[in-house]
Amino acid sequence: MSVPAVERTPPAPVAHSVTDRITSVVLQRRTPVNWYLAFAFSFTWTLVLFVSVTWLFIRGIGIWGVNVPVGWGFAIINFVWWVGIGHAGTLISAILLLFHQEWRTSINRFAEAMTLFAVACAGMFPLIHMGRPWFFYWMIPYPATTGVWPQFRSPLMWDAFAVGTYATVSLLFWYIGLIPDLATIRDRCRSRSGQIIYGALALGWRGSARHWKRYQDAYLLMAGLATPLVISVHTIVSFDFAMAIVPGWHATVFPPYFVAGAIYSGFAMVLTIAIPLRMVFRLQDLVTDWHLDNLAKVMLAAGMVVAYGYLMEHFGAWYSDETYDRFLIYNRQTGPYAATYYALLICNIAIPQLLWSTRVRKNTLLLLAIALVVNVGMWLERFVIVVTSLHRDHLPSSWGMYYPTIWDWATLFGSMGLFVTLLLLFIRFLPMISISEVQEMAHDQAVSHEEVM
Amino acid sequence: MSDSPFNMSEAGNATWRSLEEHEQSESINDWLHREFPKGAESWGSDQTHRREFLQLMAASMALAGIGGCYRRPEEEIVPTSRVPEYSPHQTLQYATTMPMTGGAQGLLVTSRDGRPLKIEGNPQHPTSLGSTDVFAQAAVLELYDPDRSRTVLNHQQVSSWPDFLTALTSRVQDHRSRRGQGLRILSPPLLSPTLDWQMQRLRKDLPEARWHHYEPIHDDAEYDGAMLAFGEDIRPQYDFSKATVILSIDADVLGSGGGKLRHARDFIDQRRNDLKKKSASTSRLYCVESTPSLTGARADHRWPLPPADVGRFLQLLAKKLGLSIDGPQSEEFDGVPADVWEALVADLKLNPTRSLVAAGPYQPVEVVALVHAINAQLGAVGHTVTYRRPVASTNRDEVASLSALTTAMQAGQVESLVILDGNPVFDAPVDLDFAAALASVKWSAHLGVYADETSAACSWHVPAAHFLESWGDSRSDDGTGSLIQPLIAPLHGGRSVIELVNVLLNEPRSSAYDTLRAYWRNQHGEEDFGAFWNRSLHDGVISDTAFPKVEPTLRGDLLSRIATALKSEVTGSKPGTITTAIFRPHPTLWDGRFTNNGWLQELPQPFSTLTWSNAAYIAPADANALAYESGDVVEVIHDGRSIRVAVCILPGQARGVITLRMGGGRHRSGRVGSAVGTNVFPLRTTDNVWLLRDVIVKRTDAKQRLAATQQHFLMEGRDLIKSGKWDDYRADPAHPTFMGHEPEPHDQFSFYPPAPDGPSAENQWGMSINLGACIGCNACVIACQAENNTPVVGLAQVALGREMHWLRIATYFTGSPDAPQTDHQPVPCMHCEHAPCEVVCPVAATTHSKEGLNEMTYNRCVGTRYCSNNCPYKVRRFNFLDYHIELREEPLLQLLPNPEVTVRSRGVMEKCTYCVQRISAARINAGLQDRSIADGDVVTACQAVCPTRAISFGNIRDPQSAVATEKQSPLSYSLLAELNTRPRTTYLASLRNPHPDLAKD
Repeated sequence: MSVPAVERTPPAPVAHSVTDRITSVVLQRRTPVNWYLAFAFSFTWTLVLFVSVTWLFIRGIGIWGVNVPVGWGFAIINFVWWVGIGHAGTLISAILLLFHQEWRTSINRFAEAMTLFAVACAGMFPLIHMGRPWFFYWMIPYPATTGVWPQFRSPLMWDAFAVGTYATVSLLFWYIGLIPDLATIRDRCRSRSGQIIYGALALGWRGSARHWKRYQDAYLLMAGLATPLVISVHTIVSFDFAMAIVPGWHATVFPPYFVAGAIYSGFAMVLTIAIPLRMVFRLQDLVTDWHLDNLAKVMLAAGMVVAYGYLMEHFGAWYSDETYDRFLIYNRQTGPYAATYYALLICNIAIPQLLWSTRVRKNTLLLLAIALVVNVGMWLERFVIVVTSLHRDHLPSSWGMYYPTIWDWATLFGSMGLFVTLLLLFIRFLPMISISEVQEMAHDQAVSHEEVM
Repeated sequence: MSDSPFNMSEAGNATWRSLEEHEQSESINDWLHREFPKGAESWGSDQTHRREFLQLMAASMALAGIGGCYRRPEEEIVPTSRVPEYSPHQTLQYATTMPMTGGAQGLLVTSRDGRPLKIEGNPQHPTSLGSTDVFAQAAVLELYDPDRSRTVLNHQQVSSWPDFLTALTSRVQDHRSRRGQGLRILSPPLLSPTLDWQMQRLRKDLPEARWHHYEPIHDDAEYDGAMLAFGEDIRPQYDFSKATVILSIDADVLGSGGGKLRHARDFIDQRRNDLKKKSASTSRLYCVESTPSLTGARADHRWPLPPADVGRFLQLLAKKLGLSIDGPQSEEFDGVPADVWEALVADLKLNPTRSLVAAGPYQPVEVVALVHAINAQLGAVGHTVTYRRPVASTNRDEVASLSALTTAMQAGQVESLVILDGNPVFDAPVDLDFAAALASVKWSAHLGVYADETSAACSWHVPAAHFLESWGDSRSDDGTGSLIQPLIAPLHGGRSVIELVNVLLNEPRSSAYDTLRAYWRNQHGEEDFGAFWNRSLHDGVISDTAFPKVEPTLRGDLLSRIATALKSEVTGSKPGTITTAIFRPHPTLWDGRFTNNGWLQELPQPFSTLTWSNAAYIAPADANALAYESGDVVEVIHDGRSIRVAVCILPGQARGVITLRMGGGRHRSGRVGSAVGTNVFPLRTTDNVWLLRDVIVKRTDAKQRLAATQQHFLMEGRDLIKSGKWDDYRADPAHPTFMGHEPEPHDQFSFYPPAPDGPSAENQWGMSINLGACIGCNACVIACQAENNTPVVGLAQVALGREMHWLRIATYFTGSPDAPQTDHQPVPCMHCEHAPCEVVCPVAATTHSKEGLNEMTYNRCVGTRYCSNNCPYKVRRFNFLDYHIELREEPLLQLLPNPEVTVRSRGVMEKCTYCVQRISAARINAGLQDRSIADGDVVTACQAVCPTRAISFGNIRDPQSAVATEKQSPLSYSLLAELNTRPRTTYLASLRNPHPDLAKD
């Protein structure tokens, strides 16, 4: 294979222009009309989510398509999908930081934000999918007067911890990274209210060397804490399935396969966000083709691991000689939901093979399309895992079908609306690219003598 | 009040709102009467009488107080339970009787604080033997049905009982002066000896009056067949405890008719005893039928044949058995191998006194008569077949009886018609045009539990008392009389048939209780009548009242008489030509009378597991040829009449036959039952009561949503129902080959401590279900629903897969779809020792008790549904929505729930508890007596109702207990044992006894 004709090092932006350009998005007086349009669109969907969830709380889970045998439907599919998407952010921020992959700096901020919002969307689903969501806190071990603890053997209980920890660490990591930039905005901000708000958020950052020392220590420490979470969270999410005895769920391959799937969908989502973002805000020299190329490569690698996971599922079913596991594979391929299975293979395995080609990776629009396809494919993967495993399990007398209702779809698209709304608020009010880190990189590479800050 | 707009006394002067009102036209007056019935009018006028006011207030007080106070019947009722002294909230059992087509069922009704709650069979009753069918189980829901008729109606206006009494008495006086001329009465056949007596008296009193009988599901053919064969008014009784070779000619002896419970018990008990005695052989059941029945499913050999071939089959058999009758034109039968004959004939002849051939009530008279001849020829008469007087003296030729009435009505000979129960406007043969004839009758009254189609067509409607609210009596299949005693005073002031007939007899002041006692005093004599009465009420059976057996002689010319009639055409139809339609009762709605009963609507129908439907059955071969799918609506045309009905493809249905099931398409049933399914009566005529030839079935574009609780009926090669042949079992009883190898439980592979085999608790509960005994009648499903406050969710929710039954009957077909073997498997919670549901619940809402129960703590459940996903048996049920809205909104329905069982809220998981409330009751009771719980103290609801005692339950730590004994059987196995869940519910493999020469493979 020929050596890809891509520069090995990112092009160096000029430091002060970085500050100007990034902060101007936040501080410029006029919000672009496009932002308003996008916000109106996404907020409409957010309202759809609010309506769906309100109706859900009024009527109950029965407004969805779930039943017996398919006790979990869109809610859990969406949960796993959103949690998975979150993983790319942490991976980019923490693991690549620890591995000194400097190219991450242009994308880590919004990738982290994406993580946070994805986890917010994800975290909502386990709560609303409960039959009696007002008792969600029974999942948390607290000294209740009832004297009853949660049931610690349940993977759902572990889930509560895993996702809770993940959300907390992601929030702190993202926030710590933001502190120097918040201070920059505070300093450049002209309105009094902005100065107060950003000033409070900047926690009195003055940019002293001691601050920088503490900051870098804390940031590294958080990166160290976040790193195992990339692996552990989705491992535990996979336990929701792997610990059960449902054919198609009960498999040891699930943890690595889920983590790979998470990274896969996460990178797809980073691309899905980065490509339009850099187009709209003309940040092509910060988030360069080179970055996109790297993202695409990681996505391809993760996709191959996912494909291996599918292969192992089939091998396991064949090798185990278990009636139920074998039937499961057969049913996935020929049963009433076979279409979703083949769609998933096309989306997750076939189409991403195009990424082997440099030309494809350099074609931004094609890359965006592939990223979208992978997002859909990863959602379908969770659909196949959740629904086709449950709908025909051990006893044929209890087999059934699952048909999502309009409220299922409304909740799914509503959660996307919420995600985009949060993202839009983020890019409007916070620096979407890490000023300090990009500057640091610019400084290192261009050997500029300009004063940082 | 002169300015009241409703004051119409001064028309023209008062305010008016439309020209019609001003003119005081006929229509506006009608409208005003509709809008402001008489009772309401008196509120508006200032002339409200004190008396009227008190009446109205008393009525509303009674309604308001319904939830709180005891509504004991005024007369003394006698409990069956032994009661030292009465204490509040005490549970008492009373014996009573449910009258039903074909013969009554004896019941024990559990009552608490004066409200009947749960119905069990009366063990002393000869045809109940302690179990019931599905209809009896659902009777309590009917009792508390808020849609029941509550008021007397006159031309659909609210009226009152005194008004009706005045009207009826004046009519009766008028008719009395003419010896009853012009007075007609229509009722179902009378099972009640007292009513029969009243009818005789009425005949004497008013010789010109006529009493007609009609019920859409009747045994006309059975009586006419016996009349043809013997010239006597008798009917056969079958003794399945003696019969070893049984041939059913389209006779659902185990699943339908007055003797079904006893038949099923005897049939299965014989096999059970043979198994216990290690007999070399056991009984064998052959079945020939056109549409699948419970009997056919349990049969050792079953051949589906279209109706015409059923007669031909019997004719050939008669010839082969040596009767002097011509054989049919063709001896070829589609689906019946030629080697059948030799085996069947040899089998029947082998044990002549132990053979039995039974003909169904839907067969032509000649077929029924020929069956009598065959039984006589075999020598079965007097042994397995005995003859007795019919249960009702009046139920011969009901169609003719109704026709006579209609003709008289059309001729204007009927001035007053009293319809005592029944719904002929809905279910009379269509060619009679009963409704039009009824419209021509000047004065008509209908007594019914519901204001139905017939009451709407009558000038008066009187609410009937439910059988749980009234005094009466009834006869069972063998003639044994039993009393009906009320458990509660009529909730809506309903009247019983006996009371209404008393009015006709000019004794309006005698109560049903008086009449009943008077009749039985006559029967028993004055001597210690009080003791006799109390004993009869206590036992629920009046001793020595069964009809004596008669020994009829066959008419000499019988065979020549029927030979000509039997000359049937050979129907060699290609697949896809459906030319025959047969009518059958609905398995849960019967003739449509139970349509407003949610439990029965939602009870999965045997084989198809359909709910909320009476879709017509067609054979898979026909469906394939015509490319029909279940739910396609077809038009069935016969003789210029047609109906549109959804079809359901049913394996085992005879080819070329469409089964039209009654009970759907009611439009005045109530909130539950109106407009559910299709009314098939518009095709039923007086000449074609059970069978329509030359029908045309046409496809339409319409589709109907069918809600079946089971969608997949094949076992997919999984060893879920173990079944084997009797001979294979006898070959190696300790390790029958068909049992396969059951994996040993793997304790060493579990992270968790072993199951509580240790000394943790004295009682370890377990259940064993004998699949060889299960006939799939569904009584356990509805008994569980009645016991455990299981909600009804409706068609849409069932279609989504959200039915709430804690116990389901899984049905599996094996073999070819044309003639499959059908197996039923009741699936309750397995109460696994290693319960997969327990480890995945994040809040410990489902846990294990020390006694081995897998318990649900509803209060703790947050509704993640993880337990249901992880349950390999899928026995958990989730409250996806609030399924108890009606319960909160209808005060009447609040009388229904079992107070021992929590009513579950929305968002909570639930499942079979092994009737933990009954275990607790037994524990408390044993504690009071300072002893341990004995075997048999705890009887679960499903176990109690089972006609064949297929379910045993008890302490598995006690090796002597019934359940432990069953579990030691080599036929015992666990469902999905390979998962190592160690279920406490285990199964006994199903044994069938096919003829060795016919047994395939």
